[in-house]
Amino acid sequence: MIKLLGYFYEILKGSWITCRHFVVNMWFHTLWFLGIKTKRRGAVTIQYPEEKKEIAHRHRSLHRLMTREDGQPRCVACMLCMTVCPSECIYIEAAEDPDPEIQKYPKTFLIDLSRCCFCGFCVEACPEDALRMDTGKIELATLNREDLIYDLNRLIG
Amino acid sequence: MIVDWLIVLIKIILALIWFLTLTLYLTWVERKESAVIQDRIGANRAEILGLRILGLFQPLADAIKMIFKEDFVPPFANRFLHTLAPFLSFFFVAVTISAMPFGDNIRIAGREISLQIFDANVTLLFVLAMLSLAIYGIVLSGWASRNRYTLLGGMRGAAQLISYEVALGLSLIGIIMVFPSLRLQDIVYEQGKLLFGWLPKWGLFLQPLAFLIFLFAALAETKRVPFDLPEGESEIIGFFTEYGGLKWGMFMMTDFMEIIIVSCLLTTLFFGGWQVPWLGADGFHFPWGWDWLLPRWLVVLLQVAAFNLKVFFFCWFQVLVRWTYPRFRYDQVMDFGWKLLIPLSLFNIVATGIIMSVIR
Repeated sequence: MIKLLGYFYEILKGSWITCRHFVVNMWFHTLWFLGIKTKRRGAVTIQYPEEKKEIAHRHRSLHRLMTREDGQPRCVACMLCMTVCPSECIYIEAAEDPDPEIQKYPKTFLIDLSRCCFCGFCVEACPEDALRMDTGKIELATLNREDLIYDLNRLIG
Repeated sequence: MIVDWLIVLIKIILALIWFLTLTLYLTWVERKESAVIQDRIGANRAEILGLRILGLFQPLADAIKMIFKEDFVPPFANRFLHTLAPFLSFFFVAVTISAMPFGDNIRIAGREISLQIFDANVTLLFVLAMLSLAIYGIVLSGWASRNRYTLLGGMRGAAQLISYEVALGLSLIGIIMVFPSLRLQDIVYEQGKLLFGWLPKWGLFLQPLAFLIFLFAALAETKRVPFDLPEGESEIIGFFTEYGGLKWGMFMMTDFMEIIIVSCLLTTLFFGGWQVPWLGADGFHFPWGWDWLLPRWLVVLLQVAAFNLKVFFFCWFQVLVRWTYPRFRYDQVMDFGWKLLIPLSLFNIVATGIIMSVIR
């Protein structure tokens, strides 16, 4: 009998919790509905396409190639990123640069985002700080796979 | 004669509009209330011409979706019975609304009109009988689908509903003893009187134990989550597994209609129906001596509003219950029904009888 009453106590406690959530959230919803902006909101949900959450400072998103002052990519086609990439999504074709200080430049630089796992190893491997993943673009979905292969122009631009 | 028929027809149409609209929007209430309980927002994207209004168009979107879905009957299923089952379970629940008293009699052009479609001496029995017949829809849908899981669901549904039907009926015996009538309108009239001169003579105060038993049994009757054995989302997926589109929608509607019917019954039997505390036929008569006279039409309006308010409250309450508790196991449901509710309701009958004979 006492065990049974204990069950009923727990049942009442459970409904007290949900009831409290309902009343408190409803109160803040009503305030916001009436145009009174309180610090707390009725729901923790973010209405995604309209409202966006700020991306963390250390995030990894779409790659970009850094450029020198003259607009050429900083990349010297050392192939380190291509070697370190665990999903083998980077393809570089090197060509000779007339400047003896630089020696090589990438003729083609392709990143296949359909394979990329956004681990960031290429950024860490780059000795020239030519590759960064800080564009903040995270909505990369497309309707066909070819659009996911980013070439030199799209990576610089 | 023809006017009588016309009045009945108008009452039926009005009651059905009230009932079906409330059913439709109960789906919205369920979504929104569960969202608010869980710190979410809930469905709010259905829009017409850029208008969203808190997702109030969601039921319409759902209805359109269900209408345009394929009407599929599984091969080897009994086509006739498979189609009949949702209509049966829908009909028997929908017809019970006819017995609910929405308000006192009103007088229009010298004609007494009761705000109840079907007024007989046995309306309470009628409601119970129709709710019991709704079991046929469940068993039939489980059986006619020719699927072992749906058969299991249908059988479980029958077992659960029959067990709780006993507790439901026995708990109401106490109410019938206290308000000696089977007419719902009479029971409501009786609840308008006062106890000790100040307390409304509601079923809740006269029969608290019966109220609790009825509440649990009625929650089990609606087949929703704490007692959702027929459906059992996590194990057998239930008696309407083989249904899709609007037929499935009818089962869903039936669920929500049962919530409203249970709310109506709770209101009518235990919370004074359309009675407002201390509101007589000509206005308020407060127990501390104040009188506040009101015109007749306002009194009736207040009473109908009170009935609606109480029904809405219990709908809200049942949705809260559904989103609070985990579900019972099969043996727990059977234990709860047969070993706790039925003995308690028998005890309630005996105790009520003793107390009534002592007082009299």
